[in-house]
Amino acid sequence: MSAPGLSIAGAPGDDFHAAALRRDHWRERFGLAALAAPALLLVTITVLLPVGWLFGLSFLDDAGAPSLEHYRRMLAEPSYGRTFRTTFEISLLTTAICILLGYPLAYFLSQLPRRAANLCMIAVLLPFWTSLLVRTYAWLVLLQRRGLINTWGMELGLWSEPLQLVHNVAGTLIGMVHIMLPFLVLPLYGTMRAIDRDLLRAASSLGSTPAHGFWTVFFPLSLPGLAAGSALVFVLCLGFYVTPAMLGGGKVTMVSNRIANDIELFFNWGAASALGVVLLVITLVVLVLAARLSRGAGLFGAGH
Amino acid sequence: MQCPPILPSRSTLVLLLSLAGALPAVAQELTVVSFGGSYQEAQSKALFVPAAKALGIKLKEETYSSIADLRLKVKAGAVTWDVVASGSGSAARAGSEGILEKLDYKVIDTSSFVPGTAQDYCVGGDVFSTVLAWNTKTYGEKGPQSWADFWDVKTFPGKRSYRKGVAGALEPALMADGVPPEKVYEVLSQPGGIERAIKKIRELKPHIAVWWSSGAQHAQLMKDGEVDMITGWNGRFDVAAKDGAKVAYTFNQALLDYDCFAIAKGAPNKDLAMKFLAEISKPQYQAEFTKYITYGPTNKKAYDLGTIEAAYAKSLPSHPDNAAKQVPIDLDWYTKFETQASAAYQNMLTE
Repeated sequence: MSAPGLSIAGAPGDDFHAAALRRDHWRERFGLAALAAPALLLVTITVLLPVGWLFGLSFLDDAGAPSLEHYRRMLAEPSYGRTFRTTFEISLLTTAICILLGYPLAYFLSQLPRRAANLCMIAVLLPFWTSLLVRTYAWLVLLQRRGLINTWGMELGLWSEPLQLVHNVAGTLIGMVHIMLPFLVLPLYGTMRAIDRDLLRAASSLGSTPAHGFWTVFFPLSLPGLAAGSALVFVLCLGFYVTPAMLGGGKVTMVSNRIANDIELFFNWGAASALGVVLLVITLVVLVLAARLSRGAGLFGAGH
Repeated sequence: MQCPPILPSRSTLVLLLSLAGALPAVAQELTVVSFGGSYQEAQSKALFVPAAKALGIKLKEETYSSIADLRLKVKAGAVTWDVVASGSGSAARAGSEGILEKLDYKVIDTSSFVPGTAQDYCVGGDVFSTVLAWNTKTYGEKGPQSWADFWDVKTFPGKRSYRKGVAGALEPALMADGVPPEKVYEVLSQPGGIERAIKKIRELKPHIAVWWSSGAQHAQLMKDGEVDMITGWNGRFDVAAKDGAKVAYTFNQALLDYDCFAIAKGAPNKDLAMKFLAEISKPQYQAEFTKYITYGPTNKKAYDLGTIEAAYAKSLPSHPDNAAKQVPIDLDWYTKFETQASAAYQNMLTE
C-alpha cells in the first residue's frame, strides 16, 4: 500500500512517512486480528476440529482402516434415503408454514407504534424463556387422545371420536412451527422496521393502490429479512431432535434421530458421523443453490 | 487444596500402606457406575452401600447414559470406573468388542442363578420382562393374554404401541405368527426368519399409533390412556399402576431379560471389583433389592430366604411360576444378528 498524498518524490521525510504508515497499517491489522482471535480460536476448537474429526471417522471401518462402508450402507438400505427425504420435507414444510404465519405477523408488528410493537415482541419472544423440552411436552398434553383439545372438542360436540393430532407428522409440524416462528419473525421484523415509509408514500402519490404499493415496493424490500429468517429456520429444522422424537410417535425419523440410533447400534461412530457428513454436504448444496437462484431477487445479504 | 496440610496426602497414605504390606483393603476405593434415577437408588441402598461396608472398602458412585460412554473412556485409555451396570444385550456386545474384563466365576458364585443370566463379561443383577400390557378401562382386568391377541384387532379393537428399536420386537411377532415360544430364536436364525417377523409387524402397522423409544415414554403412554395395548418393561407399568394408571400386564409369552454388572476393561481395581461382584450376587442382597423396585433376583436362592413376602414374590419376573411362561432373551442371537435385524426394522418403519 502506498500513500499517494504523502509520497512526494525526493522529499526528505518520504521514507519515514511511508514506513510509519505501513507500521500503523500492520498495527491496526494485528489489533483487529487479536480482537477476533478468541472467537476464532473458540470456533476452531469447538466447531472445526470436532467436525473434521467426525469427517475423518466416517471414512474408517470398525478396525480403523480406510473404508467407504458407512456410505455404502446408506445407499444399500432404503431407510436412510427415506430419513433424509423426511428431514427435508419436514424442514421445508415447517419453513413454509412459518412464512405463512410469520410474514403477516411481522408486517402487523412493523406497522404498530414502537411501544405497542415492543410489547407484542415480548409476546413473540416469551416462548424462548421456557425450555424446548417443556414446550414440546406441553403440546403433547394438549394434543394427545385424552388431551385438552380432544376433550373439549368432544364435550362441545365438535367431533365424536378423538382426532389423531399428535404422534404423527401433523403433531411434529405443530410443535416445530411453534418453536421456530420467533426465528423467522425477528429478522423479518428488523428488516421491515428499517424500510423507509416515504417510499410507500411516494408510491401512492404516483398513483399506486395500497396493494400494488405493497407488492412492488414493500415486499421486495422485505425479502432480505425473509430470506435470512427462512434460511435460519430451515437450517435449524434440519438438525431438530427432541420435537420429532416426542411428537412424531416414532413415525417421523429425522437424521438426528437416526444418528442417535446408529450411535447405540454400531460399535464405532463412523456410521453416525457419515450421516452427519451427508447432511452437512446436502445442506450446503441446498443453501448455495438457494443463494444462486435468489441472487437475481437480491436475497442473501444483497440488501436494498 | 482440600486437605489440611498436617495430614499426609492420600497418595502418601497409599504408599505407606503398601510399604507396610498390611491392611490392603482399607485405602481402596471402588468406583461403580449405573443409570441413575430410582433404579440406581435401589441398587445403592440394597447392594452397593451394604456390600462396600461388608468388604470394608470406600465406594464412589457415578452415573452414565449408555455403553458408548464406556467405549470412549476405554479408547481414550482413561478408565476410572471399576464396576459398570448394564443391560444384558449391551454388555454382550461390549464384551465381544473388548471393552469389558472377563469375569472370574471361580470368585463369583452363580450356581443358583436363573439359567442364562451369567455371561462371560457380565453377571446378572436383576431380572425384568418385556410384557404385553393393556388398558384396563378398555379391556377390563382380563385383557389380551398372548401375542396372537395383540395382533387380533377384531377381538381387541384399539390403538397399539410397539417398540421403535428392534430389541425385543421380532420375537412377539413370530409368536403371533404361530411359532412356539421355544422355537422363536431357531426361526429367527434361519434365512427369511427376520423377514417373516417383519412382515407380521407390517401387518399390524396401521394399528400402531406410537412407536415407543424409552421406558419412561411407554409408562407415560399408559398413564395418559394414549394407547390401549403396548409392549414394555414390567417394572415401569407397576410404577405407573401405583400412580393411578389403568394398566395390567401378563407374563405369558413375555421376554425374560436381565440387567447385569460388568468390569470395565483396564479397571483400576479389577480384583477388588471381582470380589465386589461376588458379594452383591449373594441372595440376601438380591432379596433386599426387590423391596425397592419390582425387578426379580437372578439368584434363585433369594426366594428361599423368606425375606421376600410370598404374595409379592409371585409378582416378580423371575419367580419360577412366571419364568416358566416366558422366553429368555437369546443374547448370542443379538450379537450375531442385531445390526442386520435393525436395518430391516428401520426399513419397515420408514416405509
